[in-house]
Amino acid sequence: MAETILEVRNLKKYFKTARGMLHAVDDVSFSIEKGHTLGIVGESGCGKTTTGRCILRLVEPTSGEIYFEGKDILSLNRSEMKSIRKDMQIIFQDPFSSLDPRYTINQALSETLRVNRIRTGKKAIEDRVLELMETVGLAERLINTYPHELDGGRRQRIGIARALAMEPKFIVCDEPVSALDVSIQAQILNLLEDLQEKLGLSYIFITHDLAVVNHFADEIAVMYLGQIVEKAPTEELFDNPVHPYTRALLSAIPIPEVMENRPQTLLTGEISSPINPGNECRFAKRCRFACEGCRQHCPELVQIKPGHFVACSRTGEV
Amino acid sequence: MEETVKTTNDDIVLELENLRVKFVLETETVEAVNGISISLRRGRTLGLAGETGAGKTTTALSLLRLVPYPGRVECDKLVVEGHDVLKMSQKELEKYRGADLAMIFQDPMTSLNPVFTVGQQIADTIMLHDPTTREDAMKKAEAMLELVGIPAARAVEYPHQFSGGMKQRVVIAIALACNPGVLIADEPTTALDVTIQAQVLALMKKLRDERGMSMIMITHDLGIIADVCDEVAIMYAGRIIEYGTLRDVFNHTRHPYTEGLFNSLPNIRSRREKLKPIPGLMPDPSNLPKGCAFAPRCRYATDACRAERPADRMLSDTHMVACTRYDEPGFRIDRPDRD
Amino acid sequence: MKKAETSPVLLTSKKYVKQSQIRIILHNLRKNTGAMIGLGIILSLIIVSCLSDIIFDYDTEIAGINIADKLIRPCREHIFGTDDLGRDIFKRVLYGAKYSLGVGFAATMIGMFIGVIFGSIAGYYCGLAEDIIMRCNDVLSAVPSILMGIVIVSALGASTFNLMLAIGITSVPQFVRITRAAVLSVRNQEYVEALKATGMSEARIIAFHIIPNCMSPIIVQITLRIASAIIAASSLSFLGLGVPVPAPEWGSMLNLGRQYVRTASYLTIFPGLAILITVLAFNLLGDGLRDALDPKLRK
Repeated sequence: MAETILEVRNLKKYFKTARGMLHAVDDVSFSIEKGHTLGIVGESGCGKTTTGRCILRLVEPTSGEIYFEGKDILSLNRSEMKSIRKDMQIIFQDPFSSLDPRYTINQALSETLRVNRIRTGKKAIEDRVLELMETVGLAERLINTYPHELDGGRRQRIGIARALAMEPKFIVCDEPVSALDVSIQAQILNLLEDLQEKLGLSYIFITHDLAVVNHFADEIAVMYLGQIVEKAPTEELFDNPVHPYTRALLSAIPIPEVMENRPQTLLTGEISSPINPGNECRFAKRCRFACEGCRQHCPELVQIKPGHFVACSRTGEV
Repeated sequence: MEETVKTTNDDIVLELENLRVKFVLETETVEAVNGISISLRRGRTLGLAGETGAGKTTTALSLLRLVPYPGRVECDKLVVEGHDVLKMSQKELEKYRGADLAMIFQDPMTSLNPVFTVGQQIADTIMLHDPTTREDAMKKAEAMLELVGIPAARAVEYPHQFSGGMKQRVVIAIALACNPGVLIADEPTTALDVTIQAQVLALMKKLRDERGMSMIMITHDLGIIADVCDEVAIMYAGRIIEYGTLRDVFNHTRHPYTEGLFNSLPNIRSRREKLKPIPGLMPDPSNLPKGCAFAPRCRYATDACRAERPADRMLSDTHMVACTRYDEPGFRIDRPDRD
Repeated sequence: MKKAETSPVLLTSKKYVKQSQIRIILHNLRKNTGAMIGLGIILSLIIVSCLSDIIFDYDTEIAGINIADKLIRPCREHIFGTDDLGRDIFKRVLYGAKYSLGVGFAATMIGMFIGVIFGSIAGYYCGLAEDIIMRCNDVLSAVPSILMGIVIVSALGASTFNLMLAIGITSVPQFVRITRAAVLSVRNQEYVEALKATGMSEARIIAFHIIPNCMSPIIVQITLRIASAIIAASSLSFLGLGVPVPAPEWGSMLNLGRQYVRTASYLTIFPGLAILITVLAFNLLGDGLRDALDPKLRK
């Protein structure tokens, strides 16, 4: 049945800066079921990327617990971590900087296979490289090409192939399509979807594009300044958004349809800085509904319906 | 006084005919733009949509005559606000840029000079086109800032003290400082967050309507086009392949590429619908196919498509499509009409 | 069947890769006339140095004293003339290329080796290690390099190897600085993070993925440093702290000719010209390489 593959509890990551503590990720908890996709949505600086990096321990969290298949990975030492890294992979946003420019597709993939002893022997590695290329839809003739000879979509396919080379169970997709053109974006999204079906992968899909995450995720967590403000199954979130920020975000998506006078709730103001936030609702400064109470304490994530969590003091009132 | 060139219609502020831009390099010739014609009426907004490498930005730079070396621009006619831009001297061009036609670039982070205050930068632009004292220009600059929703007191601040959205507002203030008749916006919100993007687009719409300005909006986001534009030109491999009013192109789509673009977009309303991407890649602009540039990726393509470049076909007074298949009576693409 | 088709491609892949990289660089370099002239001069100097022991007999032709022929002006027989001990200057200048090039190459390699190691450590691991390395580096580069060379050679004694060591050490700070800057920019690329995510060790990432991507500025620096190492070697030899006499090192030839500068200026002109041309050749090649290796100028 629905088995939890990853659970994150009270994850925090603070960075020291010249102006104070930057609360990049502040008390974030969620879990993902096997074969499912969690979308993490938010604007720049909301901590979505840092969350992804923390899960893979590419960034060491300040505090919190991360359980992968029941094991607390933050307590693992280097070599134990190495064996678990095989199961968790990441796909990056920028297909131009996420590949070593001096390695051909073949070199990049076979190095990954060889160094991590996923395949041994020249023949086995060669076969696996070709197999991986076929899986992600790269033509065999491209085997000796360098990344700079390829377009963004094909480079992103190499990035995916590299992640798949480790035979992971779980992949963090960090804005995998935002640097690509629409027609290529759809190709990559379809590929990721097919892979999930075929290999039973679980994803965290980090993006700022609600239309993409709506298409892709089973559950969505909306982040604002390091905190999850709303979390719900995708359909529920889109049909019945509760948090004022989620609503503003939804109404800000440009929809490619002819519409007369689409109602839009525009947010005023800018995202404030996540450095030394006080004990208040972090969205209060931009929120139309903010009252005194919102500025005095930080709201907790509360379940309002099965599976639908919101962090807003005025839920139900407005 | 220079003689103003008669346009076919007094209402037309910008007319461009058969623009071709080539970049001749040592080993190859890149055909960036291959015959584009645009006419823009006063107060209207034209959306230029297309993917990377379609020639959108090159078209915009050609309008300003700012195509960088080794680009070669050829054009039959370019008339903006009654001035024949092709005949302008370097000096006249400098006056024309900013006063008649202004441009907003994609990245607000790099379009401002970090060593001057934003007030100074707006005032400098005003003084370039309008001989006034520095004090007057600064006053006007502060008014411009207020106009784009920034308190006048922030005129003395430097660009790094502004956030991305605020910087783009400053860039808009600079572009509008000399009251241009036409504003070109090249992906003005791509570098911004969604909620900030909505703010900036709303601001641009408001200013456009207040000033009766014409606008050319360059973007890859069909959602922005639907939000801002009256007319749409879809570009592919340096050509406009479908051109019409927003309704023509969005609700009565005719070109297979336009259809493909719509099918590639995740639909916010029906989430489980499978995406139908366009197979293949944009053709190499230094080696364009002989026939229709889209034919290799087009599922409707026939031998006739591959043999010859399609001509522009008017389907109605406003709706143009460049597709050979419409020679056959009764040819329809799969996307249904809406309304 | 399918596999059989692809195997040849795979087997030749490595070779294909290397050729294409060098070919691009050579192609770019070929367009630069100055760099090609520089490269030509350097190649001929290298050939001369390799062959010098075969062509010339060191004991009789290079170091052998022949007072009868002393101080002959340049003529058909001795085109550069002879020195105060009757040795042919042309032969000595050609033979001397070996010392200058050898000291230049070896000293720069020593400097590069130390510099790249410390530079990449400083660039990759920020924090304390970086602070310590960079402050030591600042101290080292604050000492004038010729003074440093004099101190090292006087402490260890004048020999060719000590000369190389002294000059090598003085060129370390430059390499540390350049490597650190390059590593810093490469380290933050996403592919480094991607490799970490695949569980690759940091040593391997540095050695196989970061340093190769930093090679362009280092290669340029090598050619430019060889030029200054040649000057430094000549200067130290001029002061009598370099290659011991009677070896025809260009700097020490200058020193020997010093007393005859008014009466027999050809004693100093020709070794001086040799230094000038060699240094110029390396500088031309260095500038050309900088352009050829710049990814922004590449298509």
